[in-house]
Formats: sequence, C-alpha cells, structure tokens
Amino acid sequence: MNPEPVKESTLNTAEKEIKVVLIAIREKLAIWLEPDNLARLRPQLQYQTYILAGFALAASILLGFADLATKNAIQLRLEEDLKSKLEEVIPAELYDNNLLAETVTLPSAEANLGSKQTIVYLAKMADKVNAVSFKFVAPDGYAGPINLVMGLDKNGEILGVRVISHTETPGLGDKIEIKKSPWILSFNGKSLDNVTYEEWTVKKDGGIFDQFSGATITPRKVVLAIKRGLEFYQVHRSELLNPVKSEDKI
Amino acid sequence: MNLSILLSEPYRKITRDALWDNNVVFTQNLALCPLLAVTGTATNALGMGIATTFVMVCSNGLVSLARHLIPSEIRIPIFVLLIAALVTLVDLFLNAWLHELHKVLGLFIPLIVTNCVILGRAEAYASKQAVMPSLWDGLMMGTGFTLAMVALGAIREISSAGTLFANASVLLGESFRFLEITLLPNYQGFLLTALPPGGFIALGFLVAAKRIIDQRINAREKTVSAAPNLSQEPGEVTS
Repeated sequence: MNPEPVKESTLNTAEKEIKVVLIAIREKLAIWLEPDNLARLRPQLQYQTYILAGFALAASILLGFADLATKNAIQLRLEEDLKSKLEEVIPAELYDNNLLAETVTLPSAEANLGSKQTIVYLAKMADKVNAVSFKFVAPDGYAGPINLVMGLDKNGEILGVRVISHTETPGLGDKIEIKKSPWILSFNGKSLDNVTYEEWTVKKDGGIFDQFSGATITPRKVVLAIKRGLEFYQVHRSELLNPVKSEDKI
Repeated sequence: MNLSILLSEPYRKITRDALWDNNVVFTQNLALCPLLAVTGTATNALGMGIATTFVMVCSNGLVSLARHLIPSEIRIPIFVLLIAALVTLVDLFLNAWLHELHKVLGLFIPLIVTNCVILGRAEAYASKQAVMPSLWDGLMMGTGFTLAMVALGAIREISSAGTLFANASVLLGESFRFLEITLLPNYQGFLLTALPPGGFIALGFLVAAKRIIDQRINAREKTVSAAPNLSQEPGEVTS
C-alpha cells in the first residue's frame, strides 16, 4: 500500500473539519452579533464584566505589541539625541572614538549636580583622554530644574555648554537656549584658572557673566551650576585622565 | 468608496457644525487645557491639532464600530480605555519614527488623553451613529479644533516673537520651510501673550469676534428671510 494518498486524504479531511468548524464559529458569531441579541445581553452583569475585561485585554495586547515594535527604534533615537548633544559640546577634531561607548560613572552626590551618579563620556584621541563631557542639572532654576550638558578639555577649560531642557519663563529665562540667544557661548574657553572664584557668577553679583534684563535668577543659577560642574571635574580630573584599571588590562 | 456622499446634506451639516456653528473651542469652549498649553507658536498648535485629529478619528471609528457591544453602564471606562490606548500608540510611534516632531510635542501628547473633546465626541456622537458619519465627525471636529488652535497660535506667536510658523520645517519636513515667516524683524516681543494669561485673553477676543460675526449673520438672515427669494445667500456666507 502506498502511504502517500492516505496521508493526503487525512490531511484533506482535517482541513475540511477545520473549515466546517470555522464556518460554524462564524455563523454563531454572526448570530451573537445580531443587534437584538446584543441588546438582550447588554444589561447582564456577567456580560458587562466580560466585555470590559475583553476591551482591557485587547488594549493591553495591542500596546504590548506596539511597545515591542517601537522599543529598539526609540532606544536608537534617544542614543542619537545624546550623541548629537555631546557632539555639540566637543569639537569633532578632538576625538576619534565612540563617545557613547567609553564612559566612567562617578559618584556626584556631594557635587550638587542633580543626581547621585554622573556618567562622564570620554573623548579620546589615539587612546588618550582629550576631553570629557557630562550631563548635569541646575536643580534650583527659577521655574524648575535646568538640564545641561558640558564639554571640557583635559585642562578643565570649557569647550561648550548647552541647555538640554528647562521650564524657565518663555521670553525671559529661555535666553539660556542657544536658539534664543548666544549667551551660552560666553562660557567657551572659561575655566576655574582664567576666571577667579569670585568672578564665577553674574555681573549683578560681581561676576563677569551677563544676566538678562528681567531675568537674573535663571542665568545666575546656570552660571553657578556650571561652576559646580567645573569643580566636579577638578576633583576627579586625575582619575578621568588616567583611567588606571581599564587601561592596564589593555 | 464613493466620496460624493461627503457632499450630501447630512455630511455637510457635520462639516459646518464642526468647523463653525459648534466649533470645539469657540462655541463648546472645550479642550482649553491643551489649547492654552501648546498655542505658544502656530507650529506647535498645528502639530497638536493633527495628533488630536488622528486620535479623534480613530476613537470615533472604534467606538462606532463597537457601539452595539458596549453596555451604557460601562461605556465611559471603555471609551477612556480606547482613547488612552490610542494616545499611547501615537506617542510610541511618533517617538520611534517621527522623533523630531515628538521632541517638539512630546510633553503634550499624553495631554490628548485629557482632551475632553475626544471623550465628548465618542459619547455624544460616535456611540449613537454609524461608522462613516462618526469618522467624518471626528475628522471635521479635529479640523475645527486644529484651525482654532492655529489661529490662536498665530496670534500669540506674532505678538510674542514676531514670527509665524517658526520651525514648521521640523514638523512638516523641509519642503514646508516656506511657511516660516519673520513678520517683525528685531522684534523684542510682547511677553504677556507668550504666557498662559495672554492665551486666555487672546482666546477671549477670538470667541468675542466669533459671536459678533454670528450675530451679524443672524441679523442678516432675519432681514433676508423677510424677502424669501434671496434665502440662499446667508447659507453660503456661513459655510
């Protein structure tokens, strides 16, 4: 006996059975979906429980799949965002490595930079640290925390500062944004060496940095936060420039 | 699909209602929270309007499709569930594939959930009507909302920054850069209109202007209805 046709016929019958079942289900669903039937069901408590649970289940499944589908893309976008921010504050000719790949995480609870740990991104040229960059926060802005990112060369001189996000008053405090005003560029080239400790504040307080007419608090807090950032770098400078453990292994 | 039904009288009534007679903002005075939050610039207003319209079309369509399934006792939680799921979807997809736009609107997209207009249209219209009119109602109500937001955004942007549709190229792509106009170069800005109170004041003026126009139209309709052979004219003026 040839086994092939037998197999085929069982397959066929199985297919037919499935089709029959499907048709039966479709017919039952059509009857169930009749407006009259639904009108009879709607007042029943049991039906209400099931339908609410059904909608919740469907929504959760949908959102679960949407999350799966977008997770990687969103992660990638956020990394690109961070990378472009870092590239803004560190000139491209100063490094040849991947900024996001080489980082050092330092405790910064005492530095008042807005978080307990600060991730420092190392910009290396020929495997030597040439510049560093890190995000920090001015926690005491006029209308809330001001998120900043700063790039420093190895001597602690500012290469660039940018505001990532803030909630300062539009038209007054938002001149800290590069889009609104070139003010933030006035920090370029400044360091704790070429500006004295007392001068690291706005002009109104005897410093060298401009305040805005109508808004003193915002620029004052930004200047002071940048100063704290510089002090943070000064404290950790040697361990950042000579990351002993990781270098030794290589 | 035959689109000519969109010109038939019931659909024309939906359109006229949504865009003018029963406008979300100017007549119903709904959705003022997102309205005032994002109308600092015309571009943000446009982006928020488009996102809201999209959610409203989808939610109206879904609610209308499922209207026989949903018992009236638990309709509100189901509507909220549907709308919240849709807004989360929009948020995720924008973040993943239209990231620049998401950065501009990011904070405000979750606000769409709290937009009472969407729930309002689901409850007042879509839960009682067939799918096609519901979709059209969502689209038109959303468009009316968008137009009102862009009008308010334009007024606030011009008076506070002297520009119009700044950053439109971020929202709509490079080909829309021509929209970006600087009307008042070297303008120092009128801060009040950039702040929420200024938004309320500008909205007040817009609502008042709409009332005045409506009064004029009504007055003219009365005089015209006295002379019946001209009765077509006011209808054209309204639409």
